[in-house]
Amino acid sequence: MEIIVLLFFILILAIFLGLELISKIPSTLHTPLMSGANAISGITLVGALSLDTGSNLQMILAFSAITFASINVFGGYLVTNRMLRMFKKK
Amino acid sequence: MMEFDLNTLQQIGYIFSAILFIYGLKMLSNESSAAKGNVVSSMGMLLAVLVTVIEIVNPVLVLSAMLLGALIGSAFALKVKMTSIPEMVALFNGFGGLSSFFLAWSEFNNLSAISLIMILSFMTVLIGGITFSGSVIAFFKLAEILKGDNNFLNKASRWFLIFSLLFVIIAVAQVMAGGLGYELIDLALIQKTFIVLLIISLLAGLAFVLPIGGGDMPVVISLLNSFSGIAAASAGVLLTNTALIVAGCLVGASGLVLTLIMAKSMNRTLYNIFFVGYESSGSSAAEIDGEIKPISAEDAYLVVEAARSVLIVPGYGMAVAQAQHVVKELGDLLEENGCEVSYGIHPVAGRMPGHMNVLLAEANVSYDNLLEPKDINPTMETVDIAIVIGANDVVNPSATEEPGSPIYGMPILEVHRAKTAMVLKRSMASGFAGVQNPLFFKENSRMLFGDAKESISKLVAEFKD
Repeated sequence: MEIIVLLFFILILAIFLGLELISKIPSTLHTPLMSGANAISGITLVGALSLDTGSNLQMILAFSAITFASINVFGGYLVTNRMLRMFKKK
Repeated sequence: MMEFDLNTLQQIGYIFSAILFIYGLKMLSNESSAAKGNVVSSMGMLLAVLVTVIEIVNPVLVLSAMLLGALIGSAFALKVKMTSIPEMVALFNGFGGLSSFFLAWSEFNNLSAISLIMILSFMTVLIGGITFSGSVIAFFKLAEILKGDNNFLNKASRWFLIFSLLFVIIAVAQVMAGGLGYELIDLALIQKTFIVLLIISLLAGLAFVLPIGGGDMPVVISLLNSFSGIAAASAGVLLTNTALIVAGCLVGASGLVLTLIMAKSMNRTLYNIFFVGYESSGSSAAEIDGEIKPISAEDAYLVVEAARSVLIVPGYGMAVAQAQHVVKELGDLLEENGCEVSYGIHPVAGRMPGHMNVLLAEANVSYDNLLEPKDINPTMETVDIAIVIGANDVVNPSATEEPGSPIYGMPILEVHRAKTAMVLKRSMASGFAGVQNPLFFKENSRMLFGDAKESISKLVAEFKD
């Protein structure tokens, strides 16, 4: 139980940090920010890597979790990069 | 004594990956460093994955799934058109949620006794499921595959959400009672409850997004973006994985900030957007004086040619007509003609936050020419011509002049105060808000009817002659 409380402590701090970080972003960059954040939410990949694959159902669940998280990570970073390379100043 | 093993090394790796994520997001807040910021953030992801390799149980399965995901993701990312970015981002949000959904499902199956951890897996499944199915609906709405407004369906959706909430409370109560040793509740019962919860979470996402109209999509995808992060963070608590918690919270916070910015730019509360909608927020009965003054492309050219300062205000209509490249061409010709050209971008113009900025960036418009309402409104009187391209509600003067109007108080681009407002529009249909726009009837307004791309191409052709 103690560890859960500690994890919530990290959670709260991370939320405040996130709010501070993002509130400074100009509206020009809102779309790349969103797709970049999208890629970061693919962090579930890290959790999915170590999932148990004992039964058939567990295998399907792990495979799906990894696949969808990977789509997010690869697709998210690539499309964000594509967009950001277009932002130019004369 | 502190033991130094692979596990500790992994935790240290997570700390560095968190630093990279935070630094990457920080660099994203400036146009000149944003592209590097994205790379820094991807390094954080790479590091987090690398230090997790030690935990992999089934390498073949992991590698093949990752390869499949990488292929699908890259294909999407490299093929997608810039006008379709909102749909794609919505879909990717959904995939993030779905991944958390499967993760929590798998973890639940590993539990062999009733414990409070179950509540965490309930929460993750619920948020992940809502994110997934809600995003899929948002995707169909953005791609304009799903349209229409069904009153019965909307009412049913609201009731379903209330029912879902009740069921979740019952499910949590079961676990708590079971945890306290209440005999009627055993593991088998909770496992059944969990299956129902899986289905309910998917249906709740449908019920949540179905009643929300297309024009409110910037708020909806921002919120779903936030949800996909919260789902990851919640999965992180479930798996006691700090990398998931920190990265998930950053995404959750980022989506939340965008959601609030969007709601503020529409001058509406989140409750109003998600549960009321425009139609019930009162209607304006005020009659509009004045008449519509249509203008031909030839006459429009003469007006524009004489202008010394032009403000271009794009909206969703520009995205639909894919007119960003001809708009830029017109802008260049005007500048060659000695005219000062800037672009007025309203935060909710288009279908997602920053939508117009990406389209204009694609057409090579310099980002320091893209101005927000607060930058441009104070000097609006000095603008000779404001060219409104497929925007409606974001330039509706009712928002500042007519206290009874549903959109009263919304910050707008006050193009009615420019010397001339030239509006490019397909027809006289009202905008998403269903509010008539007095701008079209003003003395200094001219209407250029037709497809935005064609109309601008005609202007460009006149310039070249």
